[in-house]
Amino acid sequence: MTLQTIGRPTRAEAIADSIPQTLTGARGLLQHEPLIFELGGWDKTGVDLPAPDLDASDLGDLARAAPIGLPGLSEPETLRHYVRLSQQNHAIDLAIYPLGSCTMKHNPRLNEKLARLPGFADIHPLQPQSTVQGALALMDALAHWLKTLTGMPAVALSPKAGAHGELCGLLAIRAAHEARGDARKRVLVPTSAHGTNPATAAFVGYAVEEIAQTADGRVDLADLAARLGADVAAVMLTNPNTCGLFERDMIEIAAKTHAAGAYLYCDGANFNAIVGKVRPADLGVDAMHINLHKTFSTPHGGGGPGAGPVVLSEALAPYAPTPWVTHGLDGFTLADHAPQGSASFGRLSAFHGQMGMYVRALAYMMSHGADGLAQVAEDAVLNANYVKARLGAVLTAPFGGYCMHEALFDDEWLDGTGVATLDFAKALIDEGFHPMTMYFPLVVHGAMLIEPTETEPKAEIDRFCDAVLALAAAAKAGDAERFKGAPFHAPLRRLDETQAARKPKLRWRPEEAPRAAAE
Amino acid sequence: MRFTKDHEWVEVAGDVATIGVTAYAAEQLGDVVFVELPEVGKTVKVGDNLAVVESVKAASDVYAPLGGEVVAVNDVLTGEPETVNAEPEAAGWFTQLKLSDPGAVDALMDRRQYDAFLETL
Amino acid sequence: MRYLPLTPDDRSAMLAVVGAPDIGALFTDVPQGARLSAPVDLPMHMGEIEVERALTGLAAKNRGGAQGPFFCGAGAYRHHVPSSVDHLIQRSEFLTSYTPYQPEIAQGTLQALFEFQSQVAALTGMEVANASMYDGSTAAAEAVMMAHRITRRPKAVLSGGLHPQYADSIATLAHVAGVDVARQPAAVDGEAEIIAAIDAETSCVVVQTPNVFGTASDLTGIAEAAHAAGALMIVVVTEAVSLGLLKSPGEMGADIVAAEGQSIGNALSFGGPYVGLFATRERFIRQAPGRLCGETVDAEGRRGFVLTLSTREQHIRRDKATSNICTNSGLCALAFTIHMTMLGETGLRQLAALNHAQARKLAMALSAIEGVEVLTPRFFNEIAVRLPKPAAEVVEALAGLGILAGVPVSRLSPEAGLDGVLLLAATELTTDADVAALAKELSGVLA
Repeated sequence: MTLQTIGRPTRAEAIADSIPQTLTGARGLLQHEPLIFELGGWDKTGVDLPAPDLDASDLGDLARAAPIGLPGLSEPETLRHYVRLSQQNHAIDLAIYPLGSCTMKHNPRLNEKLARLPGFADIHPLQPQSTVQGALALMDALAHWLKTLTGMPAVALSPKAGAHGELCGLLAIRAAHEARGDARKRVLVPTSAHGTNPATAAFVGYAVEEIAQTADGRVDLADLAARLGADVAAVMLTNPNTCGLFERDMIEIAAKTHAAGAYLYCDGANFNAIVGKVRPADLGVDAMHINLHKTFSTPHGGGGPGAGPVVLSEALAPYAPTPWVTHGLDGFTLADHAPQGSASFGRLSAFHGQMGMYVRALAYMMSHGADGLAQVAEDAVLNANYVKARLGAVLTAPFGGYCMHEALFDDEWLDGTGVATLDFAKALIDEGFHPMTMYFPLVVHGAMLIEPTETEPKAEIDRFCDAVLALAAAAKAGDAERFKGAPFHAPLRRLDETQAARKPKLRWRPEEAPRAAAE
Repeated sequence: MRFTKDHEWVEVAGDVATIGVTAYAAEQLGDVVFVELPEVGKTVKVGDNLAVVESVKAASDVYAPLGGEVVAVNDVLTGEPETVNAEPEAAGWFTQLKLSDPGAVDALMDRRQYDAFLETL
Repeated sequence: MRYLPLTPDDRSAMLAVVGAPDIGALFTDVPQGARLSAPVDLPMHMGEIEVERALTGLAAKNRGGAQGPFFCGAGAYRHHVPSSVDHLIQRSEFLTSYTPYQPEIAQGTLQALFEFQSQVAALTGMEVANASMYDGSTAAAEAVMMAHRITRRPKAVLSGGLHPQYADSIATLAHVAGVDVARQPAAVDGEAEIIAAIDAETSCVVVQTPNVFGTASDLTGIAEAAHAAGALMIVVVTEAVSLGLLKSPGEMGADIVAAEGQSIGNALSFGGPYVGLFATRERFIRQAPGRLCGETVDAEGRRGFVLTLSTREQHIRRDKATSNICTNSGLCALAFTIHMTMLGETGLRQLAALNHAQARKLAMALSAIEGVEVLTPRFFNEIAVRLPKPAAEVVEALAGLGILAGVPVSRLSPEAGLDGVLLLAATELTTDADVAALAKELSGVLA
């Protein structure tokens, strides 16, 4: 034989037991990546531009004299820097992202491609309307889909996110009351509401009052009735609510609200559960925002941009903000300004809203169609109930019965384990999953809110449930160590949020890295 | 030292009351990261917002346990809010009020009553 | 339905685990009378081919900026974005991630936000910046609300050079917040006139540079006057590239800067999504709206980043929050940061100088035309010109000739009585041939 003598160990057992710390701070493929300000690129640029053939002498002392303090990188360095950073993020494309109330679903790449067509991406908001008829047609089509799906007669497209939509809705409500000379002071919001609801109501100048919740997680009708009065401007509800439950008395709530002369605002963050199954108009809703980045799958992008069009009832439609699109004999017209005598409350922002999101959302709606959107709601609800059934064998749920699109658990089942909701969530990170929403809604102690969405396959949901159940077994078996220090295997260990808040460092400063600054 | 059900403590000397939050409250708040104090000279009634104490995930209002004029605030808390956790009922005091009705302090709980109150929570 | 992974067998098996007889049972809480018994009246599902065909058809009915000479600005600018920027922001880990509430698995987004905040602070000459707002106009409205909270005074004075749609957006919020808005009449070069309007009730003055007519101004005197009266100066910038050439708002005494960041990294996209830049002084930071990313360490002492000072925000402070904003413009902020990193100070200065040079050529070419008067005395990359005919008609006529000649002031404020005034911007994408073509056709249209 030819005896090969340069063999090496190929079995895992041959590797040393202890794990040495790396010398560079990297963890295998995960690089330790400095800030751009620490990469020494004070004179570098990654662009090649022609030299200007006129100077700026005409600007005199308006011109900048002092250095700005912006580092630059060449193109390959830029790519590497941001690709390295990207690898430290979780993403829907990597695994289930079961954040309750956030609707983290698949983002089709067709929608990205279409939003980047020059006919949509390379048009100016104020170029002549005759040159953007396709864009106005698209806005009109999106409006038609949203109105049809909600049964509402009008829609304001321009709000830029859910909270901006809430602002739009409450501004319309306030304008409607003011138009009647009926200034009202209070807005009623359930304790379980998203924080944006009370924040928006206060922003619009209303006092916020909380509505009690029943033992089965719904609005307490008696408490609502007791609080309604001549100075209540609106009731803000989320339906399905943040406990993942449908407000089955919605029609009666609307009737009571209207009888008091108030309007019913619906937070549409959870529209994904009912799209194509029930129309908010048939429940008595006066205004509802639709998060295009939730139900209609425009990407969350690490925190936006979103879009929050607001559908409005007949009563509120006259107060809608500018601009709006109309359709006449000679094509589409964008009304930038309300005509004389209009009751419109005015303008929410410059230009006409989130066109890039409109394209993506319409592409998504057309892909699903009327039939597919109803299937979206059904599968989203089925997936959540499946999670609730599988995990409910071990985890405790504060409310019985079927849920809608998200399954809510409390932390009663962790009693005596020494493990808190936060620890449990962080341990899930070690198992390769993004945690569920924690400690929200506020009405449930140690809440864990799980929203799988309709785009998760059964196998992925099973993988997730298996991991949760395995961790639950570990917690109950007294393996608290696994949780207290978690995560152990993420790019970073648990971060010190106390230090961040006590001594805020909100930007890089030269004095913190004298060597880099000296270059 | 006297106490309220909202977990403030009061120590009166003459007509000036020193006010802070109780050890129990400081424990419940977790790591205090910021304290917003009133301006000296501000006049408050019983129950008015006197200060805000913040942890990473929560902000809590501190109510005036007695009425009067703010005559001093504890500037140490601005730079070292952790003092509230370390010495809540001493160096971690919030404000001093010149009381409009010094006698009102007698209506507040004493230590024994406050401890009994905590037992009920 | 290609986006729905469940098979009929999956659904049956899952219903069995749930213990429900059919899917309808799960919707039992929805009032029977409100449930839809058939699909809504909309088209049925479509394949990728059909959707792409339909929307490509709509896109083809729009005139893209690359199809001919292009001079539109007025708050949105057509710049070149390096190909790498769009590639990077489409990385799954950036595109399909949520707001970084779990910092251990979101350091990519968080570090990029920290870089963004640092770049915005440096660019505006301010001490701190937040992690973005929806756009420049909503940032400006929030800035006015913030000044009201800080000063507890009732009046905001807006300059006549402020973008009219920004002023409208401010007025909408101010109305419900009980803030009086004093809008000064439209003026090409009237920023300094605001000084006379400052009084003891004034919480802030809102000035813009370059203003909506393109005029660049030194705001130092306004800042001094505002501060002497106990008011704040809010500086609006709608063309972020200008900060590569002009003195920063911070150097001129700004207390809050509300800027539109679209010009760096982001497409025109018919007006959105854009990215609001919001910067202020350190001592005001607890009154600021929006998210903030801060530096800290992990359990092993390694540097990391988290969202911080969250007690200002709606999810904790609810009705006492500084703003109701939640979702902001994360991905647009990332595009801004990547583009700015590729530019660096060197590239940004070159880019700004090039924009300015092209605008100077544009101004020279237009002022040579009979009947055309350039109104803007000092400009960065945009000018206002007075035409002998209504600007809207001229723009429509030139559009017919393949030239997008700019934005008529009447489109922004029909009531201003400036129907003859046209706003034109030049950028690094404007060629000398574009300018020559505009001058030739404009002469013809005006003849």
